[in-house]
Amino acid sequence: MQYTEIMVRYGELSTKGKNRNDFIGRLNGNVTKALHEYKQLRIHPKRDRMHIVLNGDDAEGVIERLRHVFGIQNFSPSIQVDRDLDSVKEMALAMMKEIGKPGMSFKVNTRRSDHNFFLDTNDMNRELGGYLSDELPELEVQMKKPDITLRVEIRQDAIYLTNQVIQGAGGLPVGSAGKGMLMLSGGIDSPVAGYLTLKRGVDIEMVHFFSPPYTSDNALNKAKELTAKLVPYVGGIKFIEVPFTEIQEEVKHSVPEGYLMTIQRRMMLRLTDQIRAKRQGLAIFNGESVGQVASQTLESMMAINDVTTTPIVRPVATMDKNEIIEIAKDIDTYELSIMPFEDCCTIFAPPAPKTRPNLDKTRFYEQRIDVDALIERSLAGIKVTEIKAGDQFLNQDEEIIAELL
Amino acid sequence: MIYFDNSATTKIAPGALQTYQAVSEQFFGNPSSLHVIGEKAFHILEQSRQQIADLLGVDHDEIFFTSGGTEGDNWVLKGTAIEKRTFGKHLITTSVEHPAIIKSMQQLEKLGFDVTYLPVDQFGRIDPAELKAALRPDTILVSIMAINNEIGTCQPLEAIADILKDYPNIHFHVDAVQGIGKGIQEAIFNERVDFVTLSGHKFHGPRGTGILYKKRGRHLAPLLTGGGQEHDLRSGTENVPAIAAMAKALRLLLTDETEKVHRQAAIRERLFNHISQSDKTVMFSQLTPDFAPHILCFAIKGVRGETTVHAFEEHEIYISTTSACSSKKGTESSTLKAMHVNEKIATSAIRVSLDEYNTLEEADAFIKAFDQINERFKKINS
Repeated sequence: MQYTEIMVRYGELSTKGKNRNDFIGRLNGNVTKALHEYKQLRIHPKRDRMHIVLNGDDAEGVIERLRHVFGIQNFSPSIQVDRDLDSVKEMALAMMKEIGKPGMSFKVNTRRSDHNFFLDTNDMNRELGGYLSDELPELEVQMKKPDITLRVEIRQDAIYLTNQVIQGAGGLPVGSAGKGMLMLSGGIDSPVAGYLTLKRGVDIEMVHFFSPPYTSDNALNKAKELTAKLVPYVGGIKFIEVPFTEIQEEVKHSVPEGYLMTIQRRMMLRLTDQIRAKRQGLAIFNGESVGQVASQTLESMMAINDVTTTPIVRPVATMDKNEIIEIAKDIDTYELSIMPFEDCCTIFAPPAPKTRPNLDKTRFYEQRIDVDALIERSLAGIKVTEIKAGDQFLNQDEEIIAELL
Repeated sequence: MIYFDNSATTKIAPGALQTYQAVSEQFFGNPSSLHVIGEKAFHILEQSRQQIADLLGVDHDEIFFTSGGTEGDNWVLKGTAIEKRTFGKHLITTSVEHPAIIKSMQQLEKLGFDVTYLPVDQFGRIDPAELKAALRPDTILVSIMAINNEIGTCQPLEAIADILKDYPNIHFHVDAVQGIGKGIQEAIFNERVDFVTLSGHKFHGPRGTGILYKKRGRHLAPLLTGGGQEHDLRSGTENVPAIAAMAKALRLLLTDETEKVHRQAAIRERLFNHISQSDKTVMFSQLTPDFAPHILCFAIKGVRGETTVHAFEEHEIYISTTSACSSKKGTESSTLKAMHVNEKIATSAIRVSLDEYNTLEEADAFIKAFDQINERFKKINS
């Protein structure tokens, strides 16, 4: 079908009263960014809906991009026809033939913004419904919960037909809730936490700790590749690499084994918090899930959280592993996450970390290392890169190989 | 120059050769190495495996790389014998298999295994009923070639598979070295087939490459033990450039396969129709659809096959006596012997074998040369 327009219905933002204009403006910006490759189309953000006039741009591609934009409840590709009944009938028939299968039910639902049109909504429903059921006897007319609803919108300039409603990503437009730092390891949970954070309108920057030579380039590239999987929801994500080798070596050398993990985590949180402050973030997000591992018991969270008063949001805190995995598969990060490259959370992991670390003891042992100097040196070495859609990090030879084979 | 000896070997495809060179230069690492150079080699190795699996309609973990047809045949026979010796010691094959099968079977016989060699009819084909009758409670393997390398007979793989459906414990191996790219992939990769042997240089890939398909869940003892490559089943550092080149050659081979098969069949038909008119010739291959599209075996009566090969060579046309493996040893064709062809006629047999690049013009040139050679031999042969 050569669609001419896509009508976008807003998500939750419809209920947000005064902030409405902000939200629509933000969504408009995000949609514009998501569709920047398409030069012909025009976006018209209205109070209750957004109309994207395609002007010949590829509808399939635009639809694929829109699926990832948060703040969209659903959308319908539509076709513009002339304001005469024969044109409406002809196009409606073609559209129904394309998606209708024998035994399916349908109805016609007309809206009229131009009340001067010679048919009113009931007349149009009856005319068009009768015509379609004559032409397509294998389809059934049904008023309540039909399989297909053919929507006819009569406007001043033309008539618009649509028979599909495509689910959007829901949530709030990214950026409408401010910016936060996501602590991204390379596992299954943190990318899911990132996705859920974006969904609530928070713009994120990735903070990733790496410890060469204890962790390999593959581990770093894997984290970048995971970031690339989330980029379609925003358009671009900043990736911040934080060198962590010296801190890990120092902690390992100076702290009793039972407190290695807890103190390492405190250092990570301190670093993230300082980066957040410098980059005007408002909160820290991570992939912790209560009770999943030693560092994620409530006692551990308390001992680690002790280093900051910044809000730490844990989007997957109360989810079961299986629930997290399900989302990871949906957003296509799962297969990447299970690639077996050691990250800095697993190296130097003591055989028996304290699952119930004592806060006072933690503070006591931590005095054995020079926290401020270590943090300062690490921060001096951070590297920020912008990751864009389609960037590849792990299998950069993909194209060369495809050509060779 | 007309090359009509493609069942002996094929010329490597220019694209495959380029791949070989590029991979040797850019992906020279050992796929088992931990560093990025090894990583790259590992990646192209696995992409090659995936591509081959996709082309063959199987899963990537069912594809194992070997050094060729001989290794594949040896591995399935001896690997099955080792793996399943406690369940039985009886194996079944045909009397017209490639020596890689026959000699391996003979070796197993010396070790105490019992082998049934199924007889063939005048067209070199086994009777599935005889296979059924040969099955025993202690049978562990049935190994049947897809297409005979000497005269081009297609064995009734689907009928055999139907029989073996009632014997799920027996390993079913198909030696498809001559069969790939010849329009019978569905029969070769029939769901009852457990193992398939392929050889890279028979389809314009490099020498020393081969593929063994092993159905998931089937067990085969390794022949080559060592560093644990290929899931611990075939040790030895992977021949990455050759494997990548083979993956490319297979893709090229199977592109427009139907059209290519028709073209070869048309050439063979033209040759057959002309050669069979002479009262001096005996045709061993037939035009019926149960013969491969690319092999034509016949004899000029009273002239040794070797002499005919050299006579064509004077015209820059390259063919062979029956199989390349036995031609230099002067041994007679085992397939023709199994077909009970008169020994004197069998020594006159020659084989024309085509590939997808041969043309009808080459067929016409062959026919012209054939007429001259046939005429000349009449002097010594009347």
